[in-house]
Amino acid sequence: MFIINCPYCGEREQSEFKAGGEAHIVRPKQPTELSDDQWAEYLFMRKNIKGIQFERWVHTHGCRKWFNVVRDTSNDVIEAVYKMGEKPPTK
Amino acid sequence: MKNKYSIFSLIKNAFSYHENWEKAWKDPEPKKEYDAIIVGGGGHGLATAYYLAKKHNMKNIAVVEKGWIGGGNTGRNTTIIRSNYLWDASAGLYDHALKIWEGLSQELNYNVMFSQRGVMNLAHNLQDVRDLKRRTHANRLNGIDAVYLNTEQVKKFCPIINTSPDIRYPVLGGTLQKRAGTARHDAVAWGYARGADQMGVDIIQNCEVKSIKRNGDSVEGIETTKGYIKTNKIGVVAAGHSSVIANMAGLKLPLESKPLQALVSEPVKPIIDTVVMSNAVHAYVSQSDKGELVIGAGTDDYVSYSQKGSHDIVEGTLNAILELYPIFSRMRMLRQWGGIVDICPDASPIISKTSIKGLYFNCGWGTGGFKATPGSGDLFAHTIANDEPHKLNAAFNINRFVSGDLVDEHGAAAVAH
Repeated sequence: MFIINCPYCGEREQSEFKAGGEAHIVRPKQPTELSDDQWAEYLFMRKNIKGIQFERWVHTHGCRKWFNVVRDTSNDVIEAVYKMGEKPPTK
Repeated sequence: MKNKYSIFSLIKNAFSYHENWEKAWKDPEPKKEYDAIIVGGGGHGLATAYYLAKKHNMKNIAVVEKGWIGGGNTGRNTTIIRSNYLWDASAGLYDHALKIWEGLSQELNYNVMFSQRGVMNLAHNLQDVRDLKRRTHANRLNGIDAVYLNTEQVKKFCPIINTSPDIRYPVLGGTLQKRAGTARHDAVAWGYARGADQMGVDIIQNCEVKSIKRNGDSVEGIETTKGYIKTNKIGVVAAGHSSVIANMAGLKLPLESKPLQALVSEPVKPIIDTVVMSNAVHAYVSQSDKGELVIGAGTDDYVSYSQKGSHDIVEGTLNAILELYPIFSRMRMLRQWGGIVDICPDASPIISKTSIKGLYFNCGWGTGGFKATPGSGDLFAHTIANDEPHKLNAAFNINRFVSGDLVDEHGAAAVAH
């Protein structure tokens, strides 16, 4: 249970949002060229980090826009929030 | 077996006011080298060590646990045991476990309080009814006891359920597995620990794995908070922290770790003598021998290792509980907690070799690992000892995420994950 600062609506309770998992997983440019191993990597394998994780969230019960969050998964403290298409913060 | 627990040992120890019972397991320091090391001292890890020693004659083995044994998800689950899974592979796996449960207290000489009080799964809409009937047929084809109940039969089996057609999600029917039930989760860890210890397994607590040493494509040992330990077989049974250990070895797993919550009420007189689970409204309830209602909620949808979940999840579960059991409306909840569960994309576990020689993973049990504890330990021990899976866990290999041969129990397995 935590507060998320939606880049469009401001601070709202986490229950208004839906988590979209790990961010910056790029969809393969040429899916027909992919091997089974590469498909498995893209579809299923996840870093599942304990610590600082870059992830996607959507404000389902609000503006319904997607954005990125940098969150420490060991204590649920949010370090940064940035819009889709923006560069992730380096520190 | 030395110091067998019996009525005679109970009487004998009564004379010394029960102050001279010997320790159920030793608390040794790690040796320099083991034939195999199990990472994680929960039920599954301890069972793995127990069966490695008992069935595969591997005595020079250790279980390393970063906290205390049974202090993780083993002590955090809602203790439900059942095997009414849809797919053949799952039915084989979970019923193998259920068969071991049936004789486990005798085998371990430790009362795990296994109680076959039945598990009932409710249907709340037409699709549920169809799914549950299909699963009942699939179960019976696999030799698993299952019956479909209509609303009146549900009411008869558990009279406190509100079967009024006027509630938001009315009870349209349900399935019942009579061999299913509950067990005391702590006792399972303690019983396996005692059994393994008696066969010479070192159970090392407060010993966290810091890194895994590799030599090319095989493992050489582990660096821990109690120093370096040499071994060429490592079985990882770290539940929510499986990905953390995998990262140490340079592996990536198809897992996401999420909080799963449960809560218990104040103790009351016996009111519900079975386990009732509802997939559609996601609430399940049973009553412990102490009289507490044991209530399970769903997972949060985000990755977290914080061992606490969101309040809205608990609220949603209690809303459902109150609608199904209006009699509980004035019960007070005593404790609420979260555990971190590792969920696979197909909601089935991984009991498998990996691309690294000597490194084995038993993970991905998600929200339903407790029921499989004995079977999981037995099959994982087989996999480690023979470097080959048993036929019952062959389908649960890690390679299924590459081949696409998934065991898709999401929504099929009588409860949503």
